[in-house]
Amino acid sequence: MTVMTSNRSVQTDKRVSSLPDGYRMHLMLCAGTGCVSSGAFEIKDVLERELAKHNLTDEVAVVMTGCNGFCAQGPVMVVQPGEIFYQFLSEKNIARLVEEHMLKGRPVEELMYTPPEETAVVPKVSDIGFFKKQGLIALRNRGLIDPEVIDEYIARDGYKALAKVLTEMTPDDVVQEMIASGLRGRGGGGFPTGVKWKTCREAPTEPRYVVCNADEGDPGAYMDRSIIESDPHSVLEGMTIAAYAVGSSQGYIYIRHEYPLALKRLEKAIADAREYGLLGKNIFDKGMDFDITIHRGAGAFVCGESTALMASMEGRVGEPRAKYIHTVEHGLWDRPTTLNNVETFVNVPPIILRGAEWFTSIGTGDVTDNPWGGSKGTKVFSLVGKIYNTGLVEVPMGITLREIIFDIGGGVPEGKKFKSVQTGGPSGGVIPEEFLDLSVDFDQLTKVGSMMGSGGMIVMDDDDCMVDIARYFIDFLIGESCGKCLPCREGLAQIGSILNDICEGKAEEGAVELLEELSGTVKECSLCALGGSAPNPVLSTIKYFREEYDAHVKDHRCPAGVCKALITYSIDPVKCTGCMVCIKSCPQDAITGEKKKPHTIQADLCIKCGICRDICRFDAIVVK
Amino acid sequence: MPRLKIGDLDKIVEQGKKNMSLREGAGRVKITVHMGTCGIAAGARKIMAEIMKCVEESGANDIIITTSGCAGLCSREPMATVEVAGQAPVKYIELDAKKAREIFDEHVIEGAIVEKYALAVGSEQTL
Repeated sequence: MTVMTSNRSVQTDKRVSSLPDGYRMHLMLCAGTGCVSSGAFEIKDVLERELAKHNLTDEVAVVMTGCNGFCAQGPVMVVQPGEIFYQFLSEKNIARLVEEHMLKGRPVEELMYTPPEETAVVPKVSDIGFFKKQGLIALRNRGLIDPEVIDEYIARDGYKALAKVLTEMTPDDVVQEMIASGLRGRGGGGFPTGVKWKTCREAPTEPRYVVCNADEGDPGAYMDRSIIESDPHSVLEGMTIAAYAVGSSQGYIYIRHEYPLALKRLEKAIADAREYGLLGKNIFDKGMDFDITIHRGAGAFVCGESTALMASMEGRVGEPRAKYIHTVEHGLWDRPTTLNNVETFVNVPPIILRGAEWFTSIGTGDVTDNPWGGSKGTKVFSLVGKIYNTGLVEVPMGITLREIIFDIGGGVPEGKKFKSVQTGGPSGGVIPEEFLDLSVDFDQLTKVGSMMGSGGMIVMDDDDCMVDIARYFIDFLIGESCGKCLPCREGLAQIGSILNDICEGKAEEGAVELLEELSGTVKECSLCALGGSAPNPVLSTIKYFREEYDAHVKDHRCPAGVCKALITYSIDPVKCTGCMVCIKSCPQDAITGEKKKPHTIQADLCIKCGICRDICRFDAIVVK
Repeated sequence: MPRLKIGDLDKIVEQGKKNMSLREGAGRVKITVHMGTCGIAAGARKIMAEIMKCVEESGANDIIITTSGCAGLCSREPMATVEVAGQAPVKYIELDAKKAREIFDEHVIEGAIVEKYALAVGSEQTL
């Protein structure tokens, strides 16, 4: 059950045969989806071959970990001891790395991280800005354990919280502890987890179910996938504790079809936990029965909504229903159901082990008398878009956007200027520069017209047109709307068509006001949270970037130079050196000119693809 | 795999401590085997193998073994440096497997510097 490279067995105790023992060095190679797609498994093969060549197989272990988080630099690897961080590994540079570092102990600087606009490398993980400001609870085991080895999870105090609740706590104690911790649902709703469990526990019917929502559909967000890939047992442990608290013996994990690696690791984790008796009948001989079944979703965004998810699990069409009938009382198969997000569940074991008081010491607000009174603990964000350090970060609640985007994310690349950040996924809002010092928690984000959501964070720079961004997200949501209720189905389609008109310069005066009115109706009248939050990208871009809308509508101009119908490409004759590069690369043959003389673009042939602008080394292509 | 009892968790934690402490970079003693080309030619690989065997046999989980390049004294290789946390590092020279084991038993485990094999205490200044 191990993925260690060596065939040697140095174990005396069979029980822990899966722990990599007797090595002097561990190579923690990231095997998250990001690094795997950039070749982590090929790197592993080459590493093993090179280690064998130097007879190091018995001394150095290759450990495949879950997502390290610093996906932009992948494939990445951390060498322990010493926590040396290597990035952009390729099959070509492994031979040298093994000989220099693994054999001769000389870390290889060329493969280390250099912060933007600096020249000196930063060898150690803990010194790299991207990692330094993070605080890990949900991702506590990322990069530290092999997710496919249950003993490694246990060795990091795994399943201890489960042992604790089964021996020292009543289900009511667990519920009280969770309420006191102030943990709020990490899937986006922000509903206090303990309160949810309490209501479910008190529901009169049986059986009760525990469901884990791993149907993460936001474009550009991959928190849940990464958690499952790097630490699947923490999900199982959190669910089992929830089952104990609410009195359930059957759990389900609803996971997207698009997450094959996460699925594989979950399946293995469940099988291993069953073998150890941590799932199944009579867990730890304490009389508790609980098992988990995986349900694969077909990839509909709306199925992340709790009632649609349950409908889908029952074999019906994934459509939400009215929420005045609560799922904690009438959920899956009309039985009381506790549905929590992946990240919520993995927060449970540390809270049980270290206590609610420890958890409330992190974050904002006061949850002593009111579970909604603050945002406690940490939040995982996937930081993507126009940002130097793309990746997965976990930060304490209350940290400012500026710290996340500039200190951790390294700011906007290529010297461009930060324009806005979209939080909360496709139906979150856009937050402009003036709110960069906003402290990030559930309530603050809502206040400025966005939301926490599941934790997507898309950074945009001056090259992004806010109208086009709103159109992009609305397009996504039109496609994902289930069509059950009219405001969402028709309202979004209308919003989409108005946005299209604006982007094409065909909109009439008053279009923006109409958008606002329509958005209000969709927001108010939709059945579920998809429609209820779908207008957010439109409303927030209008609120903060009204002048951009006006430029499109009144002046038929796209200030960011994105909307194709409103822009023309031309060449600045002063800057153009006549190098002919753009002439050769133009797919339409729309550029003419002679060597060493300024070129010109023929507007009627130009399709505004932007290739010339990307390729010009003299910044001579002008977009207006 | 048999079913776990609650007490088994601690056993796994205990047995897992060694590689977990390695990953967390925490150790009571750090042993550096100098593995420059000179060291390897003089037999540093054998020293490494012996020390790893010693650590394994002792069952200790607080010892970090690492390598480094040439220490600059190629004529006295194979060399190793033993650094007990909080104390100055000690450089040992002209080692063989037997000497390495002696150093392990006396210095690493017992805490007494093996003076007859030691070159010096401390290391060069870094400017």
